[in-house]
Amino acid sequence: MNSDIVARVIPCLDVTNGRVVKGVNFVDLRDAGDPVELAARYDMQGADELVFLDITASSDGRETMVDVVSRTAEQVFIPFTVGGGIREVADARKMLRAGADKVSVNTAAVQRPEVISDIAAEFGAQCVVCAIDAKWDASQNRWTVYLHGGRTATDLDAVQWAERAVSLGAGEILLTSMDRDGTRDGFDIALTKAVSSAVNVPVIASGGVGNLQHLAEGVTEGGATGVLAASIFHFGDHTIAEAKDVMSAHGIRVRPVG
Amino acid sequence: MTARPRVAVLDYGIGNLRSAQKALERVGADAVLTQDATVVSAADAVVLPGVGAFGACMDALRDVQLETVTHDAVASGVPFLGICVGMQMLFDGSEEDPDARGLGIIPGQVKWIPSSVQRPQMQWNQLNIRRDEPMFSDLGEHPWMYFVHSLHGVPTDSDCVTATVQYGDTLNVAFRKGNVFATQFHPEKSATAGLGLLHNFVASVKS
Repeated sequence: MNSDIVARVIPCLDVTNGRVVKGVNFVDLRDAGDPVELAARYDMQGADELVFLDITASSDGRETMVDVVSRTAEQVFIPFTVGGGIREVADARKMLRAGADKVSVNTAAVQRPEVISDIAAEFGAQCVVCAIDAKWDASQNRWTVYLHGGRTATDLDAVQWAERAVSLGAGEILLTSMDRDGTRDGFDIALTKAVSSAVNVPVIASGGVGNLQHLAEGVTEGGATGVLAASIFHFGDHTIAEAKDVMSAHGIRVRPVG
Repeated sequence: MTARPRVAVLDYGIGNLRSAQKALERVGADAVLTQDATVVSAADAVVLPGVGAFGACMDALRDVQLETVTHDAVASGVPFLGICVGMQMLFDGSEEDPDARGLGIIPGQVKWIPSSVQRPQMQWNQLNIRRDEPMFSDLGEHPWMYFVHSLHGVPTDSDCVTATVQYGDTLNVAFRKGNVFATQFHPEKSATAGLGLLHNFVASVKS
């Protein structure tokens, strides 16, 4: 890896109706379910960026997310991305005006790829993250793109879709392995490597992190420049500082904590 | 009691401006997002943010009649800070959109960073401070700042470069010309170090 690259450690918060979904285990949080308080904590801990994934089903809940973003922007001074329910330029505008730095598109982009170019044309490619959920399909010898949290298969090849998304103006790929998500077995390195070699924009590896060694592998073996994790941080198993120490010990440049 | 310095953040409809406003408030300013010339001329300091493409930002700035307002603010001598594409717009022009005219406040051109590295540079990186500047006071020798950019400023007078980073090449990422400060990185997104820089900027307002 080029020595000028500095890898990013990115905690991800799943939010529904304005509350963090997975329980968190920071002992001294006033309100462990408040995404804003959790985000501020990660900023203080030395996280490089944050991702909020809004998994709210209802449109009322979506308005709640705008409020979360707005309150986060008052307290959190590192970049953050908002995903979930971004279907058109107006949705992106609302989140960016509220204080998000990037929006991620997933289902809407598969259904109508122009949403990527529409948002990029208005706000710049740097703020469009294409989130891709992929699962290995042995019969077709490829990773297939899935929607709706892995429930709905598409006919898209994940590597080809990543290339297309970048050509449409996505500035970053957030790549989640549906095979590994929740397993704690580590990233799907082959998938991560296939996508990171195919595109010239940053790839964030996601899905499967069970220990800090896994984060390092995402960068050294997978070619990702960002590593995303939820439970190992939320449950208090590890701090951001510990993650960066391990990555650093593997020769990865990181922004030191503190 | 000293009044909080009034900082006008120029609002011309582009992406996330609220972070810059909130970060300035955090470091003691009374910051407003505005496109009102009266508000800007009454401000103690002015910030020109920017994200996206050079030409689109210049067009948007002109569409809301903020080009002259920007020149007036710079000429008035108040501390002025350009951030990211807001920094790039201070130059004469950019390789990104060769037909678009910049503000011409810092003579020089904005040029692509080397293609030997991933573009954009979307990461934290460590500054090499070239000049002892009040803007950098108390930030340490090599503060970490957050970058998202594919181009960097190459001023005619290299003396106005106040900091560089290493990314494929030595890139110019902070500038000063008189009362005008400019950063390629996002201080409002650079945690403690970035807030420290904004604090220094707000503190430079003469009481």
